[in-house]
Amino acid sequence: MAKKAPEVGEYQYGFHERDVSIFRTQKGLTKEVVKQISDYKEEPKWMLDFRLKALEQFYKMPMPQWGGDLSELHFDEITYYVKPSERSERSWDEVPEEIKNTFDRLGIPEAEQKYLSGVSAQYESEVVYHNMEKDLEDLGVIFKDTDSALKENEDIFREYFAKVIPASDNKFSALNSAVWSGGSFIYVPKDTKVATPLQAYFRINSENMGQFERTLIIADEGSSVHYVEGCTAPTYSSSSLHSAVVEIFVKKNAYCRYTTIQNWANNVYNLVTKRAVADENATMEWVDGNLGSKLTMKYPAVILKGEGARGMTLSIALAGKGQHQDAGAKMHHLAPNTSSTIVSKSISKHGGKVTYRGIVQFGRKAEGARSNIECDTLIMDNKSTSDTIPYNEIMNENISLEHEAKVSKVSEEQLFYLMSRGLSEEEATEMIVMGFIEPFTKELPMEYAVEMNRLIKFEMEGSIG
Amino acid sequence: MAGSTLEIKDLHVEIEGQEILKGVNLTVNGGEFHAVMGPNGTGKSTLASAVMGHPKYEVTQGQVFLDGENVLEMEVDERAQAGLFLAMQYPSEISGVTNSDFLRSSINARREEGDEISLMKFIKEMDEAMDTLDMDKNMAQRYLNEGFSGGEKKRNEILQLMMIKPAIAILDEIDSGLDIDALKVVAKGINEMRNENFGCLTITHYQRLLNYITPDKVHVMMQGRVVKTGGPELAQRLEAEGYDWIKQELGIEDETIGQKA
Repeated sequence: MAKKAPEVGEYQYGFHERDVSIFRTQKGLTKEVVKQISDYKEEPKWMLDFRLKALEQFYKMPMPQWGGDLSELHFDEITYYVKPSERSERSWDEVPEEIKNTFDRLGIPEAEQKYLSGVSAQYESEVVYHNMEKDLEDLGVIFKDTDSALKENEDIFREYFAKVIPASDNKFSALNSAVWSGGSFIYVPKDTKVATPLQAYFRINSENMGQFERTLIIADEGSSVHYVEGCTAPTYSSSSLHSAVVEIFVKKNAYCRYTTIQNWANNVYNLVTKRAVADENATMEWVDGNLGSKLTMKYPAVILKGEGARGMTLSIALAGKGQHQDAGAKMHHLAPNTSSTIVSKSISKHGGKVTYRGIVQFGRKAEGARSNIECDTLIMDNKSTSDTIPYNEIMNENISLEHEAKVSKVSEEQLFYLMSRGLSEEEATEMIVMGFIEPFTKELPMEYAVEMNRLIKFEMEGSIG
Repeated sequence: MAGSTLEIKDLHVEIEGQEILKGVNLTVNGGEFHAVMGPNGTGKSTLASAVMGHPKYEVTQGQVFLDGENVLEMEVDERAQAGLFLAMQYPSEISGVTNSDFLRSSINARREEGDEISLMKFIKEMDEAMDTLDMDKNMAQRYLNEGFSGGEKKRNEILQLMMIKPAIAILDEIDSGLDIDALKVVAKGINEMRNENFGCLTITHYQRLLNYITPDKVHVMMQGRVVKTGGPELAQRLEAEGYDWIKQELGIEDETIGQKA
């Protein structure tokens, strides 16, 4: 097969459009900036108070001394709020041309036609495009950007907001609580099954602009929903910060899956707090793909609160030159017969560093609970590294915990075998890597699996020799 | 003359500083079936791996040509694309890659971009080949060699052979670990390949495979060299009498590598 030589170095989604923002705060984080954001959004007073209190907590809390290197993250150089256009758009025709171009290059419109039942695509800090199918609305499903939900569904919003992840949870949840903007809000009523995935596309566009989206999902009793979020960011020279908070409530007998693929540019700090509460017999699944970024620190958590609740985290992480993926999962077994599965697949290359960091906790009441942890790492060269840091806390004797960790390299024998069938070294390596992450990609909706494969292929180009 | 020609001339090969092959000469033409026999530890598998270009084996002297092209200057994939194939004794397992995806990629690797095999044609050919080899159709969707039994792996190597249709194939102990029924099936697959455009070099230390695949020529390897060449009757004599008579005839005490002749 005639193959073109791989292009190395340029980030595939590194294009960016002229900045069309009409409002942005000055750089740095002060009370004034927080007030400005809240004023601009015409928020109720309780939200402003919440933000200001969070800001104080953020000031007080020290930087985390574990995980990745945060020494080059300077909070004063970041713009905390940028609004790209005046209001949320509902119809595609109304979306400004330049924003559309960006989406076009990410393949959003086609994707929507084929798969989406509702789109909420975040461009910079605010949701500009939002579309939901009529029948979803008829079902009583709420799917909108979080700012609109605060305005239009304040009661339910207030009931759940910051209840799983309080502002004081950690320094970055405090930061997000102070300056949050955008994100998705989903409410699925009792016994309602949302058949097709709800999707949002996030993208940072302005240099040095933080993105602090806030997502809140409530799957009421017996309901079922799958939310999918993909992120790509263009390349800029100085660091950007992405610090999201995602809170999910999965009520009795409900099912929720949250799928993310994040492909941040190599200068983005990606520091995200994700946590779900699963009630009796509920199922919560995190499917989490981390590519790109300078440093990712992300450990999706499930609090298994009700008897028989199930939690799963299936993740992949890929770290290349100068990158550190510090990712993992947390499972808190607080009730009898709860079960959890963690599958972590990581790849390091070109001196990249991957760390699996996980906590599995069995409380006193976790009679008969089970957890299964599997960490696989593929190291592509001798410069790259991997660490596995599992932490287990067991307060009940009658539980079962299995942990399996495996580190492998692409072996000479495997390459020889595939190449002896006519595949180039590059193709053979790519095939081995694709096979390695297959347990992840097979869980993705079709279009995301295709994109994922494309991103991985792009990332692997130039990995040989 | 139809088909391709593989010429191995005075091939010397080292592994980790130890010389294993000490001057092998062998020519395989399209349409011919050759068998390389010999006791364990005489360099047979090294010959197979070195010709295919395994990075562990270092060629220190000699030449290998395929239709006059210098094989030793080619990368492993270039050797494959030039028409060589090696059915391996211990094929690797590749998790997450289905057998059929792998096969299709291998076939397409030999074709120009835009001229890939159509999915329908591929499935049809694979189904036929799997029928010949008496393979369960599920094998197509299983991960490449992962969890395959020894016999399944061997069949899978022959399935690849039948699908890829190389000009010259080297079969490295394709019969080891097979029961008689599996052996017959594997032989059937190989025999289906027989035509004037296909040359084959079968490495084995048992004659029994040769009951089903009749060789045109039989070579005996000892001490890293081909020490005797004959027709199918040579294999039969080896089966009946063992290797001692050859050793006596040639004055060899220890047939394995590392000993002086």
